[in-house]
Amino acid sequence: MPSPLHTATPGFRNSMIRSLGRWLAVCLLALVPLSAARAQLTIEIVGGAATMIPIAIVPFDAEATWPLGISGIVGADLSRSGLFRLVNTDGIVPRPARAEDVQPAVWRARNADAVVVGSMRPLPDGRVDVRFALVDVVKQTTLVSMAFTVTQAQFRATAHKIADVIYEKLTGDPGVFSTRIAYIAKQGPRYQLMVADADGFNPQTIVSSNEPLLSPRWSPDGTQLAYVSFESRKPVVYLQSLTTGQRRAVANFRGSNSSPAWSPDGRKMVVTLSKDGGSQVFLMNPDGSGVTRVLTSQSIDTEAMFTPDGQSLVFTSDRGGTPQIYRADLLTRQVERLTFDGNYNVSPRPFPDGKGIVFVHRENGRFEIATLDFATRQMQVLTSGPADESPSIAPNGKMIIYANEAGGRGTLAAVSSDGRVKQRLVAPATDVREPAWGPLPRS
Amino acid sequence: MRNLLFVALIATALVGCSTTPTTEAPVVDKSGAAAAGAAGAQTSGAGAGGVSGSATGSAMSPLHDPNNILSKRSVYFDFDSFVVKDEYKPLVEAHARWLQAHPDARMTIQGNTDERGSHEYNIALGQKRADAVKRMMVLLGARDDQIETVSFGKEKPKNPGHDEAAWAENRRDDIVYAGE
Repeated sequence: MPSPLHTATPGFRNSMIRSLGRWLAVCLLALVPLSAARAQLTIEIVGGAATMIPIAIVPFDAEATWPLGISGIVGADLSRSGLFRLVNTDGIVPRPARAEDVQPAVWRARNADAVVVGSMRPLPDGRVDVRFALVDVVKQTTLVSMAFTVTQAQFRATAHKIADVIYEKLTGDPGVFSTRIAYIAKQGPRYQLMVADADGFNPQTIVSSNEPLLSPRWSPDGTQLAYVSFESRKPVVYLQSLTTGQRRAVANFRGSNSSPAWSPDGRKMVVTLSKDGGSQVFLMNPDGSGVTRVLTSQSIDTEAMFTPDGQSLVFTSDRGGTPQIYRADLLTRQVERLTFDGNYNVSPRPFPDGKGIVFVHRENGRFEIATLDFATRQMQVLTSGPADESPSIAPNGKMIIYANEAGGRGTLAAVSSDGRVKQRLVAPATDVREPAWGPLPRS
Repeated sequence: MRNLLFVALIATALVGCSTTPTTEAPVVDKSGAAAAGAAGAQTSGAGAGGVSGSATGSAMSPLHDPNNILSKRSVYFDFDSFVVKDEYKPLVEAHARWLQAHPDARMTIQGNTDERGSHEYNIALGQKRADAVKRMMVLLGARDDQIETVSFGKEKPKNPGHDEAAWAENRRDDIVYAGE
């Protein structure tokens, strides 16, 4: 059996990618608000990967000194992903803390393929020296070792960073444990735009309103959110800085202003405006200047998103009689229809590799999440509805978070882009919807 | 005496001039002035600002008189449809006439959809429904700049239910006058 740790082996890597999908799904489900007053999102794993990487995560040396350790969070991240199976580390004495202390035979006897060890040491200035190593006990090599100097407040972020490194080493894809997720929570009449870590911790209210909020969209650098607010009794597009909290209306024309999206370089936005009649797609600068029409039709054109190369837009239009997804080349203005299966295909989101889209497909009255591969023109339905909507793709392209309904309330769910891993994020007494997965942090 | 008679004749002629266009409605300013006078009789001095209906004191504005079609503010649509059904045409026509007669009046038409489908696509669907009613009002004599059309999509359902009865209630345009 090939070891899953050998990322250089193409065959291994493929199976890892498949497993990876599972992993991401679990990660998403853990949206747990900080405050007890807020409803907590809890994760339920509905489906898992067929083959999971067996990994032992040894408690870090001296980490019991602090109320919040590191290794437990690393293990939780990897485990929730669905791509890893945690191997029991009890009863191994002495507990290894460095790569050279790891005895491969001991761990192979427990069927572990990889072992993570580490240590935490207080520094005179109050900060903490955190070290870890990832050992391939099949090949008996150290895959990576790193050291961080951090404050206690950075423990959680450090753990996610370590999980990202391990994930990438073992699967070949970037980890997304350090990313954030935006979503709309509705409690009673109150709408809140929330941002939380990908595991649901550290939820923060970005803006709240007694009128609907929708369509949060991350700037590519992760510092701003565009969204639609009804606070002035009509849809208006706002832009808000996550660092200063400052916000302003950037599209507030006569009629409706909605569906913001960013260009990959963050220098342009597209919005849907009705100011000139109908719902049409316009290009503008993020400060609201330079508004120009991109597409012209006598029909509905909306939900435009840039493709990753910035050269074209995918969007929803009813120009063919039913809502379908189209692609428009921004240079030639040529428009091409992409979806033909069924009479309702909406909400296209391009994959980061530029090879396809995720969208919402209606089949027999059920709204399902589906993917379309540009090369093969094959549609794959990933979920079974009945009310799945608002898909958003993780920045590594492996997982899709989306909204659905359970018990009359909005909930969030995640599915791997191959459809194998499915998870639910449940927030008791809170309606959650409109998830948007943030970009990879800039390191 | 002659002078007085002359004045009376002029006045009659002026009234004649101003009432004729009201029925044919070619000139917005004149018909508006005439109608404002007529409306003023009912609403005790609904001048320039009286059209909103909120400032008319105890006298009931036609906009809020339950016996007046102008108090009816909702137009309902069939599934996946933007066609204004025949049963709502008298309502749309009455509001168009009111706007024509009150040049300072402004209204917002708010389009809504049922809960099925994408949030953003439903914003566009609601917009299309609001635009359909506006188009009809403009054809009937309202000015384009008197009417703003906006959409709430599926975000503000009147009926929070999840069945066909609720959906039918939510596929709707609401007419709201400025100041209401």
